[in-house]
Amino acid sequence: MDSLSEYFQSYLTALETYDVVAALWVNIQLTFWAGLGSLVLGTVLALMRISPVPSFRWAGAAYVNIFRNTPLTIIMVFCILVAVFQLQLNLSSDFDFNFFLWAIIGLSVYHAAFVCEAIRSGVNTVPLGQAEAARAIGLSFLPAARLIVLPQAFRGAIAPLGNTLIALTKNTTVATVASVAEAAGLMKTMIEFRPDVIMAIFATFALGFVVIVIPIGLLTTWLSKKLAVAR
Amino acid sequence: MAAPTGAAARAASGQPLVQLKDVNKHFGALHVLRNINLEVTKGEVVVVIGPSGSGKSTLCRAINRLETIDDGDILIDGNMLPSEGKALARLRADVGMVFQSFNLFAHKSILENVTLGPIKVKGMKPAAAKELAMGLLKRVGVDNQAHKLPAQLSGGQQQRVAIARALAMKPKVMLFDEPTSALDPEMINEVLDTMVQLAKEGMTMIVVTHEMGFARKAADRVIFMADGQIVEQATPEEFFTNPKSPRAKDFLGKILNH
Ligand SMILES: Nc1ncnc2c1ncn2[C@@H]1O[C@H](COP(=O)(O)OP(=O)(O)OP(=O)(O)O)[C@@H](O)[C@H]1O
Ligand SMILES: [Mg+2]
Repeated sequence: MDSLSEYFQSYLTALETYDVVAALWVNIQLTFWAGLGSLVLGTVLALMRISPVPSFRWAGAAYVNIFRNTPLTIIMVFCILVAVFQLQLNLSSDFDFNFFLWAIIGLSVYHAAFVCEAIRSGVNTVPLGQAEAARAIGLSFLPAARLIVLPQAFRGAIAPLGNTLIALTKNTTVATVASVAEAAGLMKTMIEFRPDVIMAIFATFALGFVVIVIPIGLLTTWLSKKLAVAR
Repeated sequence: MAAPTGAAARAASGQPLVQLKDVNKHFGALHVLRNINLEVTKGEVVVVIGPSGSGKSTLCRAINRLETIDDGDILIDGNMLPSEGKALARLRADVGMVFQSFNLFAHKSILENVTLGPIKVKGMKPAAAKELAMGLLKRVGVDNQAHKLPAQLSGGQQQRVAIARALAMKPKVMLFDEPTSALDPEMINEVLDTMVQLAKEGMTMIVVTHEMGFARKAADRVIFMADGQIVEQATPEEFFTNPKSPRAKDFLGKILNH
């Protein structure tokens, strides 16, 4: 009993020294901005992949196949080593904020490939007749996509989009290779300096992510039921 | 709107409204439209009939270019059908299309289904578009359902909304591809009645249908297609009572004994 309360005490001192919540907050911010970035880019890619122009379709498919099949860590390292150090492409004069922005870009370009495929699976739930009817009343490709096909495709794609968002949330830990001070980096530091409470540290971070991710899953499940298109 | 019926209107105007010249279409090795020549005058109602796979749908879809053609010309009101882009979209609005499976926009209300084209394609003010749409919905008898979603309506009601949606673009010609064949029998007549009414008002119509009642009541001409060719054309009376070609005789024998 004593040893247990002792263990708990040392765990508390570890929590006092290191700000776990602040680190997790960085992951939440990365998730939010990269989620937005990958949604925009992924939507553009999906439009390219369903467009009537063959070269757009080809370029969209090439993008997806390249980025979906490249490990995220490599994309992140590329952003830092090549974009920042070699090419000196600085997005901000603030050293840390520059890395933060590049981490968002790396996460966005990677997850956009998955968002594109999720939206495309949503497009497949929309009967061909919807697009034909849109064309028949005189809408050209982009208005037909914007007004008729995509709104229905998004509703059909909420579940796979939710899965991509959950993967993104967990993948924000890779931002540590871009030296962004986020949770995985902090965990590594804490384990290094406080090996006495290593199990509790693992549990803390695991729980932190579970608490962030579970609402996403619940929300997307609820939304996909609520917004389902009745046919 | 109360124009004279087809035959009289045909006599009145010289230029055909829809004109197909030597149109050919292949799906791979399959030759689905063979040298189609067809002229439809303003106000004329043409019924297209023929066995499954004879190319009736492809013909309809080629006329508003949902399907490309390999060679030949298609003219709408004297204008060559453009092949791409905005010009095509604009000309398509002149050709209303009613599909077998209704294809109402599933995520939009009945009213929005009808106002979407006038607002987004013709740039009409929402209030004016709503007034137009309510008038059309009233005409097809579903104005009391305006705020429901398509899935909440019966098939017959959905198809009448689809007709109103096409009419809202003020098309010069309406294409119907088997508009009643996805309907339960008790709903067929409400849709056919709407179409007969439209024909009486002078709309130019090309209708793929096996409903002989409609053909006799509203059509000026019946076109019989087989294997991608126009095999025979005649007035409904003549075609149904005295078909000339063996193919047509055979086909009519089958659908009449059905
Ligand atoms: N997209 C397509 N790709 C390949 N073949 C097609 C395509 N659409 C139609 N066909 C073929 O072209 C032929 C003509 O088809 P079409 O749909 O025009 O016939 P139809 O007269 O409308 O028949 P139905 O009475 O069954 O509707 C058929 O043999 C059909 O299988
Ligand atoms: Mg057909």
